[in-house]
Amino acid sequence: MTAITRDEVAHLAKLARLDLSGTELDHYAEQLDVILQSVARISEVAADEIPPTSHPVPVENVFRADIALPGLDRAEVFAAAPATEDDRFRVPRILDEEEA
Amino acid sequence: MTSAAADLIRQSASVLAAAISEGEVSSVEVTKAHLARIAAVDERVHAFLQVTSKAALESAQAIDEKRKSGATLGVLAGVPIAVKDVLTMRGVPTTCGSKILEGWRPPYDATVVSRLRAADLVILGKTNMDEFAMGSSTEHSAYGPTHNPWDLERIPGGSGGGSAAALAAFETPLSIGTDTGGSIRQPAAVTGTVGVKPTYGGVSRYGLVALASSLDQAGPCARSVMDAALLHSVIAGHDPRDSTSINAPVPDVVAAANRGDIRGLRIGLVKELSGEGYQAGVLQRFNESVELLQGLGAEVVEVSCPHFDYALGAYYLILPSEASSNLARFDGMRYGLRVGDNGSNSVEQVMSLSREAGFGAEVKRRIMLGTYALSSGYYDAYYGQAQKVRTLITRDFNAAFEKADVLISPTAPTTAFKIGEKVDDPLAMYLNDIATIPVNLAGNCAMSLPVGLSPADGLPVGLQIMAPPMADDRLYLVGSALESALTDRWGHLLIQEVPNL
Repeated sequence: MTAITRDEVAHLAKLARLDLSGTELDHYAEQLDVILQSVARISEVAADEIPPTSHPVPVENVFRADIALPGLDRAEVFAAAPATEDDRFRVPRILDEEEA
Repeated sequence: MTSAAADLIRQSASVLAAAISEGEVSSVEVTKAHLARIAAVDERVHAFLQVTSKAALESAQAIDEKRKSGATLGVLAGVPIAVKDVLTMRGVPTTCGSKILEGWRPPYDATVVSRLRAADLVILGKTNMDEFAMGSSTEHSAYGPTHNPWDLERIPGGSGGGSAAALAAFETPLSIGTDTGGSIRQPAAVTGTVGVKPTYGGVSRYGLVALASSLDQAGPCARSVMDAALLHSVIAGHDPRDSTSINAPVPDVVAAANRGDIRGLRIGLVKELSGEGYQAGVLQRFNESVELLQGLGAEVVEVSCPHFDYALGAYYLILPSEASSNLARFDGMRYGLRVGDNGSNSVEQVMSLSREAGFGAEVKRRIMLGTYALSSGYYDAYYGQAQKVRTLITRDFNAAFEKADVLISPTAPTTAFKIGEKVDDPLAMYLNDIATIPVNLAGNCAMSLPVGLSPADGLPVGLQIMAPPMADDRLYLVGSALESALTDRWGHLLIQEVPNL
C-alpha cells in the first residue's frame, strides 16, 4: 500500500466524474493518504482463509408474480428532469466532435 | 403559545395518541401546536429542511374525521412525525442535504412513508442531515448545520441531527432516522433522545436514497423507549419492493417495552468499546448504568470482541466503495442539478461539472476514496480485505451472544462537540462512530438511550444496547427497564432537563 499522489487523485476524479479544482486536488491528495494509512491496518487480521462478507443477510434472487403494477407517473418524472424534449430526457451530445 | 399548546408539545407520542383516540384533543390541535413550536424555534435549531404545514393540517383533519366516523385507527393515529430528508415523499422536495437534489420532487413515496400514512400519522416535514448521510455532526448539510437544543453552539450528531434535534426541541414527538454507521444512535446519544437501528432487513429500504446498501437501515427516533417501540412496530416488516427485506414476523417490540423485566438476563460488557478515547464523564454515567442493571437482576459479564478494533478501518473502505457506486446515479441526466449544458460540452463534461458543483466536500472525499478502493490493483488490498474483517466482526458478535443475551457500551465516546471543531478533520470525525459501526457491519440491531448528563459539561450521555439479528425486542426489554429505573431516580425523563429555547 503506497502513498497516493496528486496525479492519482486527478485520475480518480476523472473516473468518478468530478471536475475538481487544483486546490481540491492538493487537499484531497493529503487527506486521502492519511485516511488510507489509517485503514490499512485491517490487513493485519484479514488472513487468506477468511471468507468475505458482502452482505449481512444471505442475498438471493427475489421473484414476484408476473402481474402488471402501476409504474411512475410520466408527467411527474419529466417534471423533475433537468431537460426534456418530445416526452424524452434530453441529454448533451454523447460523442466527441471528431467521433460525431 | 398558550399553556395548553405548551403542554401538548411536551407529551409523549403514546399519551398524545391516547388523548386523540379518546377525543380529548384533536389531531388538528396537536398538529397546530407542533407547527407553532417549529415556527417559534426552528430558526435557531434548524432541524427542518422543509415544513409541510398545509399537507400536515389536511391529513390531521382527515384523521379527526375518520375517528369521528368510528373507523378503526392505528395506535399512533393523529400523532405528528418528522422524516429524515433521505426518504422520498411524493411531491415533496427531497434533497438528502445536497445541492445536487435541490428542488427535486420525487414521483413516489418510500415504503416507510407509505406505512406512516397508512397508520394515520401526520407528517410535519423533512429533517436536516449530513449530505447523503455522510457525517456525524450534520455540519455537512449543504443547507447549513442543525444546532443541538442542549447548547445551540454544539452539534446534534449526525447524520440524522435534524431528526434528533427536532425531538429535543419539542418540535415533534417522533421522527424517522436512518443508520449506516451510527446516524440514528449517535445523534440520539448527544441530544438525550432514544434511537434504534433495527436489524438489517427489518425495515424496508425502498425509497431510502442509498448511501451504502449493505449497511443502511431506517429506524425510529423518539423521546422514550415505549414511543420508539410503537413507531418501530408501524414501520417494520416485510416489503416485496426491497429484495433484502426479511420475510418473517416483526419481533414484538411493544410487548417487550411493556414487560421491562430483566431478572436473569445476561448482559455483556464489550471490553473493546470502553477505556481509551472515551471521556471520563461518559464512562462514569455508563458505569453507573451497569450497576443499575445489576440491581435490576441482570447478570453482567465481560466479553471480548477483538476485531472491533478493526471495524472503523473496514467501514471506511466498505462505505465509500458502496457510496461511490450508489452516487454514480447523480449524473444530472434524469433528475437533479445539471451544469454546463451549453450545446458544446459533451455528456461526460456536463456530468463532471454537475457533480463538482452539486456535491459537497465530504461526499467528494468519500466518492474518491471508494473509487480508489474499488479500482483494479487495489480491490483485493482494500475492499476485499475489508469484507474479510466484516466476517471476523460477525464471528465476534456470534461468540459474544453465546455468553450474553445483549451487549452494552457507551453509544459515542464523547458528548456533543462544538460546531466547527472537527469539520475538516475527517479522521477525528470518523471516530465518533467507533462504538456504533460494528453493528452495521454485522447487520444486527442496537438502541441508544440517555443515561444522564456528563458531570464535566452537563451534556447528555447515551448507552448502547446491542442484540442479535431479529432479536430487536431485547433492545426494548433492556431499554425500558433501564429507562424506568433512571426515571425513578430523576423523577422524570432526562429530556425534561433540556434548557428552554
